[in-house]
Amino acid sequence: MDLLSDLFLAKAAFIGIVFAITLGIAAYSTYFERKIAAFMQDRIGPDRAGPFGILQPLADAVKMFMKEDFIPANSNKWLFIAGPCLSMLTALMTSAVVPFGDTVTIGGVTFDLQGIDVNIGILWVFGIVSLGVYGILIGGWASNNKYSLLGAIRAASQNISYELAMGLAIIAILLFTGSLSTKAIVEGQQNGHWNIFYQPLGFIIFLICAFAECNRTPFDLPECETELIGGYHTEYSSMKLGFYLFAEYINMFISGAVMATLYFGGYDYPGIDFVTAQFGNNIAVFVGMGALIGKALLFVFVFMWVRWTLPRFRYDQLMGLGWAGLIPLSMYNVVVTAFGILIGKPFTAGIVGVVLLILGLLIHDQLFVKKKIA
Amino acid sequence: MKLSNRTKVMEQGEMTLAERMYLPAIVGGMATTLKHFFSKPVTIRYPEQKRYLGPIFRGQHILKKDEQGAERCTACGLCAVACPAEAISMVAAERKPGEEKLYREEKYAKVYEVNMLRCIFCGLCEEACPKEAIFLRHDTMVPVFNSRDEVIYGKDKLVEKMDQRYLRDGWK
Repeated sequence: MDLLSDLFLAKAAFIGIVFAITLGIAAYSTYFERKIAAFMQDRIGPDRAGPFGILQPLADAVKMFMKEDFIPANSNKWLFIAGPCLSMLTALMTSAVVPFGDTVTIGGVTFDLQGIDVNIGILWVFGIVSLGVYGILIGGWASNNKYSLLGAIRAASQNISYELAMGLAIIAILLFTGSLSTKAIVEGQQNGHWNIFYQPLGFIIFLICAFAECNRTPFDLPECETELIGGYHTEYSSMKLGFYLFAEYINMFISGAVMATLYFGGYDYPGIDFVTAQFGNNIAVFVGMGALIGKALLFVFVFMWVRWTLPRFRYDQLMGLGWAGLIPLSMYNVVVTAFGILIGKPFTAGIVGVVLLILGLLIHDQLFVKKKIA
Repeated sequence: MKLSNRTKVMEQGEMTLAERMYLPAIVGGMATTLKHFFSKPVTIRYPEQKRYLGPIFRGQHILKKDEQGAERCTACGLCAVACPAEAISMVAAERKPGEEKLYREEKYAKVYEVNMLRCIFCGLCEEACPKEAIFLRHDTMVPVFNSRDEVIYGKDKLVEKMDQRYLRDGWK
């Protein structure tokens, strides 16, 4: 490939923009996390740095850089440094396959608003998310601290457990699309045929798994302060700790974008035809990019909303929910979806599937569950 | 043997469907937090905004003057006696002819000092004073000190200024 071709430069510029947006959103997520927490607790939140505390992320970054960068004496130094780097790297790599928009033509060059349109897009996401565990595991192991190691082991086993249910939830989507490419999945959902309407159960499973994958409350056991001090980042300080925390917020945004791509039509938005006719293709596509980012930010808000509502699960509850609850449920979802596609009525099948599930559970309740007195 | 027949066997039973799915309870909880998200914060931004602490808050001391601008204090020492923290000390002096405008009675406090590190703001000096001379203001707190020289408040800081007279809310 010619390194100086227009397409290459356009892609490079686009990836740079996506990185900038991702990092900017991740930085401001820390601010909005605190603000949302404050509002939900009837407080005001950070309001000292700049108007409404808008410069708080800058102040935090300065603080992080100024702190002593401590490496424990008996740690494995190289792995200790590699851990946060790997976390950050994997967090950023996922955005490559998220389709941010349709094709645009600028200056005679036509290109996709997507890093790379590989035909295994969704597998790429899964692969990178699985690699993300290594960042935590390596960091926790290299710290030479029992709390860190326990946190890292928890993170690893939790992520592996929930990846299964997540993968099964995605299989139902793939049955619709017949392709692993994220672009094809989004194009299959254009004009309001969003997967959420066909896959309500699958979406709930995916959402719960996304919480577990991002190590967010109620599944933030790897960094459970009450039991494990800080979990895998107990020994970390300065910007290495900052990288871990930052990677978590990037993961939140990216998983929001992936959820929007898979279930909420990606860059589709109501009235896309009207905007295309009125203002031209390019404007419509960029509005679509805004729509995708908006959807992703909505999910970020849901992540924070849940965090400030729910307490943590116990570890056996977490594992029980993953293995005994979500995996059978997602298998059921796959069967129902396959049946719906077979008879040619996926929408009805999705609704009937949920109703049947609830009815079945209710009957099971009536027959086998002992009633409470009082 | 049972002591009474009021014992009730409570069986917890298994969780019902709605409880086992957690989701209804989670949605309920999220509705609660969302309600608080839109409700007014209760925070008072302290140095800029101050909460009204009531007309009987015991803040910084003030030595009152009467309507003519004469000091009410006669240096009787009852406040110093009443003070449980022994924060008050004073030196009495006799009023000279021609000072009737300055001091209300024949005797007055030449030096009146309150040690703010000792003071516990109990208000017993206020109660002990027979001349209604010393009060603890409800609207002003003693500021933070930076050095020990600032700790003892003399008459320069305690005596009421005639251009900004102190009025408690209940007196109006």
